[in-house]
Amino acid sequence: MTALADFLAMGGYARFVWPAYGAAALVLSWMLVDSVVAYRRRQRELELLERQRAPR
Amino acid sequence: MIHRFANPARFMRLSAALLPWCAVLGALLIAAGLVFGLVLAPADYQQGDAVRIMYVHVPAAWMASFVYAVMAAASAVGLIWRHPLADIAARAAAPLGAGFTAICLITGSLWGEPMWGTWWVWDARLTSVLVLFFLYLGYIALVNAFDEPTRGARAGAILALVGIVNLPIIKFSVDWWNTLHQPASVFRLGGPTIAASMLWPLLAMALGFTVFFVTLLMVRMRTALIAAKVRALRQVASEAEARPAPRTPRGSLGSVRQ
Amino acid sequence: MSPFRRLVARDLRLALRQGGDAATVIAFFVLTVILFPFGVGPEPLLLQRIAAGIVWVTALLAALLSLDRLFLADYEDGSLEALALMGLPLEAQVAAKCLAHWLVTGLPLTVMAPVLALLLHLRAESYPALVLGMALGTPSLSLIGAVGAALTLGARRGGVLLSLLVLPLYIPVLIFGVAACEAAGAGFAARPHLLLLAALLVLALALAPFAAAAGLRQALE
Repeated sequence: MTALADFLAMGGYARFVWPAYGAAALVLSWMLVDSVVAYRRRQRELELLERQRAPR
Repeated sequence: MIHRFANPARFMRLSAALLPWCAVLGALLIAAGLVFGLVLAPADYQQGDAVRIMYVHVPAAWMASFVYAVMAAASAVGLIWRHPLADIAARAAAPLGAGFTAICLITGSLWGEPMWGTWWVWDARLTSVLVLFFLYLGYIALVNAFDEPTRGARAGAILALVGIVNLPIIKFSVDWWNTLHQPASVFRLGGPTIAASMLWPLLAMALGFTVFFVTLLMVRMRTALIAAKVRALRQVASEAEARPAPRTPRGSLGSVRQ
Repeated sequence: MSPFRRLVARDLRLALRQGGDAATVIAFFVLTVILFPFGVGPEPLLLQRIAAGIVWVTALLAALLSLDRLFLADYEDGSLEALALMGLPLEAQVAAKCLAHWLVTGLPLTVMAPVLALLLHLRAESYPALVLGMALGTPSLSLIGAVGAALTLGARRGGVLLSLLVLPLYIPVLIFGVAACEAAGAGFAARPHLLLLAALLVLALALAPFAAAAGLRQALE
């Protein structure tokens, strides 16, 4: 258990290292989510429009 | 070669094939980089475990400049050859570049406080990266400020090319000025001065970030192409509604000719 | 008169007839600088330490004021298209407009700067560096600003967008302008910083007309 505690403590620098990794993870996740959500939304719009045209 | 990929339909097919592989590769590289950087790599004899911030800060910094170079190159291609995908690529890259720059600035600040004793310093390297961040934001604001998308894309392209002077300033700022920021230890003439045990996680993260960027760039470009299709379809639909369908059946027209 | 000088003369006439511009810029400059002693306190030593910075930053903001109108009037009434078809290449026309803009904003700012620096207790040794620095820096501001003005023609919220685009590009001019004053004030040579300002001006002269002309062309398409 002390190995985990040592790891989390990061030699005393925990309050800098973990927020840094956390911020990086947050921004990268935002980039990912924003891209994928926008893609899915447009994809749905396209499918809707194509279904409306199809019967003609 | 460029014109082989000019066809949007071809790009859609190519990106659909590549996406899953890139996504998996990017995830694996970043995971490997995290394991090696956070757990396996040694602590620095001077900086202790705080050096582990390097494994997110440095790759993010490389990406900040790299993505801008991609954006500027795409802008140039769009302006000179009017390549249809170039403007889309530049526009898609910008928010990603801004994100990497933000990571660089935030993690850099968190690294600076324990190491230099300050959250921020107005030295050449930090200032020029901050300017880069504002260039990204300015580009995004500019391309979205016009009702007509092509106007925005062209204006943004010129801005991206004007801002390219910032990249050599960022790169060489630590050589040209007295800066608090440490000089280059990887991309330098004599070769890297960093220990191999630290270099490998760094390269893994850098590669992982690059693949991550390429993946999301493809996703955003696909989104833009689909959006263009949606706009075109909506345009056709509204025009069809505006024009009433002709009522006379074909037969009577034929009889008129006789 | 060569077409270039005719264009400069035309823009000068328009600017002076509008009357507003030079006077507004000077008024903004003076009033904003005066705000600082009220804001940070009138203590001479404090003001002396930040005098160069205040004068330069305020000059930058004042130069921004009239930039969005650089091409706007001509763009809106259609004369920009006519000018584009004239014999003079668009890049030269941009340079002519920048010169007119500088004569009406940058030059008055350069003249007023030492007067305002007096109010801020700027060190005596810094004055030549201040005036020379502004003389070298303000034309760059007009040139860089012209690029921003050309790119934001017809954009929504063009004025604010122009500031957002142009201010990051102004930062090097600001850095070296203030550095020249501070170096002179501390007894060091201001020459390296002034030379860098001159280099920035040369760079701006070489690049800005092309970038701005490209921006104008795609605005006219």
